[in-house]
Amino acid sequence: MIPEISIYEILTVTSILFFIGVYGFITRKNLISILISVELILNASVINFVVINKYLYPDMLQGVVFSLFIIAVAAAETALAVSIIIGLYRQISSVEVKDVETMKH
Amino acid sequence: MNFVNIILIPLVPLAVFLLLGIFNQKIKPSVSGYIGVAGLLVSTLLSLNTAYQYFFVNGKADGVYQTFVEKTVWMNFTDTLAIDMGVQIDPISVMMLLVVSIVSLMVHIYSRGYMKGDDGYTKFFAFLSLFSFSMYGLVLATNLFQIYIFWELVGVSSYLLIGYYYTKPSAVSAAKKAFIVTRFADLGFLIGILIMGFYTGTYDFETLNNPEGSAILNWASTSFMGLSVLTWALILIFIGGAGKSAMFPLHIWLPDAMEGPTPVSALIHAATMVVAGVFLVARLFPMFYFVEEGFALNIVAYVGAFSSLFAAIIAITQTDIKRVLAFSTMSQLGYMMLALGVSGYEGHEGLGYMASMFHLFTHAMFKALLFLCAGSVIHAVHSNYLKDMGGLRKYMPITNITFLIAALAIAGVPPFAGFFSKDEILVAAFEHNKLIYFVGVFVAGLTAFYMFRIYFGIFWGKDTKYEHKPHESPISMTFPLLFLALLSIIGGFIPFSEFVTADKAGFEAHLNYPLAAIAVGVGLIGIALAWIFYKKENDLANKMVNFFGPVYQWTSDKFYFDEIYLFITKKILFDRVSAPIAKFDKKYVDGTMVGIGNKTVLTSEKIKGMQSGKVQDYAFAFIAGVVIIALVFIYLWTD
Repeated sequence: MIPEISIYEILTVTSILFFIGVYGFITRKNLISILISVELILNASVINFVVINKYLYPDMLQGVVFSLFIIAVAAAETALAVSIIIGLYRQISSVEVKDVETMKH
Repeated sequence: MNFVNIILIPLVPLAVFLLLGIFNQKIKPSVSGYIGVAGLLVSTLLSLNTAYQYFFVNGKADGVYQTFVEKTVWMNFTDTLAIDMGVQIDPISVMMLLVVSIVSLMVHIYSRGYMKGDDGYTKFFAFLSLFSFSMYGLVLATNLFQIYIFWELVGVSSYLLIGYYYTKPSAVSAAKKAFIVTRFADLGFLIGILIMGFYTGTYDFETLNNPEGSAILNWASTSFMGLSVLTWALILIFIGGAGKSAMFPLHIWLPDAMEGPTPVSALIHAATMVVAGVFLVARLFPMFYFVEEGFALNIVAYVGAFSSLFAAIIAITQTDIKRVLAFSTMSQLGYMMLALGVSGYEGHEGLGYMASMFHLFTHAMFKALLFLCAGSVIHAVHSNYLKDMGGLRKYMPITNITFLIAALAIAGVPPFAGFFSKDEILVAAFEHNKLIYFVGVFVAGLTAFYMFRIYFGIFWGKDTKYEHKPHESPISMTFPLLFLALLSIIGGFIPFSEFVTADKAGFEAHLNYPLAAIAVGVGLIGIALAWIFYKKENDLANKMVNFFGPVYQWTSDKFYFDEIYLFITKKILFDRVSAPIAKFDKKYVDGTMVGIGNKTVLTSEKIKGMQSGKVQDYAFAFIAGVVIIALVFIYLWTD
């Protein structure tokens, strides 16, 4: 609980963070950038979990525990995604979305 | 009866057909000819054995030839109505077995020489065997449906063989014409069969033909438009027979069918398939005779008599020798029909029936012989037209003699075969219907005239200069000629009335000397006229042509029946009926469906960009949707 800062301000910041992530996910052409954008979305939601837990239910811990889970899952997901991207790079020497598209065929 | 042997008669040619058809490319032409002949030889020997067994050993009981039937149920519709498959042995089917076997075997042997070096040699023998199988099946059929199946099969084989030279457009159109005209007639046949089956509850010849059976006794029970339904059925069945036998006005296909190879014309369009119509009427003869006091039979008589006269007149003016023979065939088939038409049933009354079958038998021999001779001539001079022939007697002695024998036989000169059968027909006609008798005598004269017209035109007449010196055909072609000539000489002495009669009992037939003398006299007048006109090259014939002028032209153009049919089918049916319907179909029915299809394609063409396969695009669409829904819920959904 931080004095002088209300929950609304924090939620505004996380919303901005979330939509920056969404925007990046949609518009970026580089797989790494897309991965980073996904991380932004996850982090926005993690902050939301923590803040809501702290401001609305100060005597509970579920939100914090959940955010730990998300961090763990996100780390695993990133590791997996990066390894896929490296494998891809070895195959086609590129991490651009437009070069990967052919995989859908 | 030994039915195993009989069932083999059709099955052997079928096996040959399958063998030659499937291994068409693998079998050497020289071998395939022998296979075809061997197959037919087996069938012929079995047929001869069957005929001997039936006529002389075990066919008779109490002086009456019995009908032996061996059949099995093929399709079971109801408790009372079933369609059988089987073989029926009675005098006419055994006689037909002999006719088909002998002519078919001769034609097979002949074809080995005639078709030598042709590309489709194996195919030709395969089709001939298919035809033989179908024809055997037709004559052995036990019921109307079975006969109908084989009826269509002979139609198909005829189609295949007429169109044998399939690179020639005229042969292709002739094949189509033959198939369509006979198929059209067969529509009548089928309707007749269905009516017959519906009102009598059976298709079996034996049940239908029993004079004391319910089918014949109850003919008056149902009537339609003033006639018994059975009479209608018989008339419709006769239409089918008339189509196959080229009776007026369904005759137009037969002259064109001469586009096929000559052995085919001899086998199918002279001796066997075209007599199927006569055979059909003979097969149902008791029905024809007893139902409605023979109303349908009278129609048969008049149609036959008219066709006979009509074809004989046209035959005089044709210049293609095969077409003369084709019209002659039509004329003689008319003779057989009229003989059936004037026949009674019992004993000597059934003279017409016996005469018709007798004439069928002798005609098959001498007309096949005429066609094979014509084939031999065509083989030598490479033309069908009389103008390219003349003086051939010096080059082709055997063909000359055999053609002369056949021509004398068809002209009714004793002691050749045609004299006896024609005399019986004329006696039968004289006893029952004077008008038909006079038509018959007149036609006999015309027959002698046109037949000797082409005989003198081919073998005597002008001395044509040939580019290649014509020579006599090889032995494989002259042997069938000699064999059939022998049959044309002795065929008339067979006491036919002992064997084949309407009531199967047999009777003594005697020559009626006054009537025979008239017929022979008329025939000799015809021959004499032909002698005067055509023996030596002179311009008498041209003078006669000029004298008759337009009449000659009409006759030469076959009274424009082809044109009339063409007008009705093309100008009226196609242009006035079918074309507008086709247009409507194309524009509106098809148009609607095609329009729906086109619109779908267009729409999908437009929206297919949305399905890009890029996850980011989908994510964008998804998030945009979520945002819009969220905004809707926040700002617009306020109550």
